Amino acid sequence: MKGVPEQPMCGFSNAVVQIFRMHGVTNYDAHNVLADENMRQGIKEFSNWPTIPQIFIGGEFVGGCDILLQMHKNGELIEELQKVGIQSALIEQEDKKE
Amino acid sequence: MLVRSLRVFGLYHPAQFFSGSKTMATIPVKNGNPMELLIRDKLVRQFSPVHLDIINESYMHNVPKGSETHFKVVVVSDKFENTSLLQRHRLVNEILQNELKNGVHALSIVAKTPSQWEDSSKVTEKSPACKGGFGR
Repeated sequence: MKGVPEQPMCGFSNAVVQIFRMHGVTNYDAHNVLADENMRQGIKEFSNWPTIPQIFIGGEFVGGCDILLQMHKNGELIEELQKVGIQSALIEQEDKKE
Repeated sequence: MLVRSLRVFGLYHPAQFFSGSKTMATIPVKNGNPMELLIRDKLVRQFSPVHLDIINESYMHNVPKGSETHFKVVVVSDKFENTSLLQRHRLVNEILQNELKNGVHALSIVAKTPSQWEDSSKVTEKSPACKGGFGR
């Protein structure tokens, strides 16, 4: 990401942080590419993905901000989090509604 | 430098790229947006989209006026049938890889099949507000 979760330096990175926060996910590794030009370039080569932020869940590359947003909207993110043993806070909210 | 190498695009008439296409209206030649024209050309050739929007979002970011660094593209094509979101984004990234190495700094992608597009609101949301970046 650009910046840190407490202070993102990019709207797309911020959107990712906010989405995870909505799901109650705050305990993740975040790496600030603006502080490390080698990492900024390296991660693009590693993932074969040209932009930042980049999201990995369970070690698997998921995509960028757009994809995460789509997954958040269609419920896929809740499933992906479940696969790695994370219970999304939004499930609890859904349960309360019922 | 990007500007020098793309100067030639001011001489193209984009209608050349769209002959035979049923979907794209002729767009006026503008010398000021070579990157946008290039992106449009490549996406049309690759995806023959039934709908295509290319939105220069650079004005929303901490870059000089008139920049062509941040784009949102909305591509609706049957070439996306039976592909995952990640695959679709990778396809678009692949087509635009030169642009992404030479000036385009952020690319927001909406990639849908024609039926998904018809089922949707067809309203494209703006990308998130800039948080300052490092001027890049």
